[in-house]
Amino acid sequence: MLAMILKEFRQVRRDRRTLAMLIVMPVVLLLVFGYAASFDVEEIPTVVAGSQAEAVSERLPEVFTVESADSTASRADAENDLITGKAHVAFVVDGQEITALIDGSELFMAQAAVRVITAASDQVPGLSHEVLFNPKLDTSAVLIPGLAGLIIVFVGTLVTSMSVVREREAGTLEQLAVMPFKPKDVFIGKISPYFLIASIDIVLVLLIGTLLFDVPFNGSVLPLSFGAVMFLFVALGAGVLISSVSENQAQAIQLALMTALPQIMLSGIIFPLSSMAPGVRWIGYLLPLTYFNQVAKGAMVRGAGLGDLLIPLGLLTLLGLAIFGLAITRFSRQLRPARARTSA
Amino acid sequence: MRWGVQDVSIMFGGRPALSDVTLGLNPGHIAVVVGGDGAGKTTLCRTIVGLEQITEGEVSRPDRTSFQPESSGVWSDLTTLENLEFVARGYDLDASHARDRIEELLDVTELGEARHRLGRQLSGGMRQKLGVAMAVLSEPELLVLDEPTTGLDPVSRLELWSFITRSAREGRAVLVSSTYIDEAVRGDTVLALEGGTVLASGEISDVLAGMPGRLFVSEHKQGASSWRRGQSWRAWSGDGSPIPGAREIAPDLSDVVTVAALAGEQS
Repeated sequence: MLAMILKEFRQVRRDRRTLAMLIVMPVVLLLVFGYAASFDVEEIPTVVAGSQAEAVSERLPEVFTVESADSTASRADAENDLITGKAHVAFVVDGQEITALIDGSELFMAQAAVRVITAASDQVPGLSHEVLFNPKLDTSAVLIPGLAGLIIVFVGTLVTSMSVVREREAGTLEQLAVMPFKPKDVFIGKISPYFLIASIDIVLVLLIGTLLFDVPFNGSVLPLSFGAVMFLFVALGAGVLISSVSENQAQAIQLALMTALPQIMLSGIIFPLSSMAPGVRWIGYLLPLTYFNQVAKGAMVRGAGLGDLLIPLGLLTLLGLAIFGLAITRFSRQLRPARARTSA
Repeated sequence: MRWGVQDVSIMFGGRPALSDVTLGLNPGHIAVVVGGDGAGKTTLCRTIVGLEQITEGEVSRPDRTSFQPESSGVWSDLTTLENLEFVARGYDLDASHARDRIEELLDVTELGEARHRLGRQLSGGMRQKLGVAMAVLSEPELLVLDEPTTGLDPVSRLELWSFITRSAREGRAVLVSSTYIDEAVRGDTVLALEGGTVLASGEISDVLAGMPGRLFVSEHKQGASSWRRGQSWRAWSGDGSPIPGAREIAPDLSDVVTVAALAGEQS
């Protein structure tokens, strides 16, 4: 038995990447997720519209961070600020009546806002609230759009990376390298089935979410489709990138999971980005799932249009171009390292 | 030479993988690269088809070069026919010509009955034959086969060599790497590698004739320069002096390669 134990220790010691993952990763994950795992809402981006907007904004509880107070703005303007994501609560002042419009797509912020406003309504006559987009504050309405993104991460990144590594392990990637394919032909050919499968997955998840879990679809398909395609490029590109630094399928799985975990925890799907410590929140802003989640929730729940989601769509496009471009470059270099140095 | 490598060296992580290797490849001829594990055979094959960066030297190959990697290059989750059809499409062969060529190759390789069998369901010999068939399907000018016979039973090896010889007779240059020295005699030229350096190279008759010193056979071990072969011992005399109690014999390729390795160690 001692021989067996010694053998295992030797093997584990030599598998440096797994060893690092087993020892360093739990510490890193605990630190990152420890600071990220918070449902406490300390700041709610807020706008105030209507007569006496400025006076009302000064009397608001501290949790409402006022982005703008505009006495000329109407209820429609305030609703639009919620749709575009500029604010998650809008106070509309009309004479003695103050109506708090609450963005139901941001679950924890909405719950906190409802709590604070309900408590304050005893002291402030005429104060009422209205939850928009997701009036019952259903968890599924908020989670399912993000879950569609998570599925893309798993299908796109994990399965694609394994598929490319499997081709390399089998030696057939060399075969493709020598055949008269351009590297981009091989690349696009490799990812095409996964692009289609992930697309079908998204449609299925969103259909099931809408039909079975009553997730509202208040907006247009266009921004959601555009965001999903861009996010697919990111996920598939990440899969090919992972395959380019993995020697075998086990390593590819490890790396793919290491990229998926932060996206699950830090993209705002589970914990609100605004509740995270600033030290880890910036990681969330680097993750593509953060922007897909914003696009999906915006388009589906808040009914946001293409113009309302320009920032997350733009950032998603930039990340897509960067990761996909890097993946094509690395893949091409690995596929034909010596083409330029030889002559016919 | 028409194609091949000239004075090629390759370094992997600061260590030489190939040192000053020259090998000519000519239409209608088979060149066999022999050597043990780590000799540099696969690196040489990959270099010729453009999969390795060279540190020094020159590499030349025709545009129509085909390669069968060590693993056979067969897609295990495609059928025999699908593998061949994929390669035909990859080389953009005319559909009707491709159909005829595939049928011809299935016939020659006797894989016709396995046409609908998945790559992973083929025996080792069948898989290697399919790999070679995939490599010759596009009618390349240069065919590079990396250890196509490794792990095969003797009958499968014979069948595969017959197929390879037929490919060379059709006018293409063929490079075959092998761990089996006896397979070198099936080629027109041989290159023996050890640790990335050339032990012997040239036409088989020249390589045999060019062995330095003399070779003897004995019932007993005869000093440091002797090695066991079968029931007897080979003994090499580097300076050509006779070895008492031993009978001189003509060397075969295995002897010449062993002597080249011994001479390298002693120099």
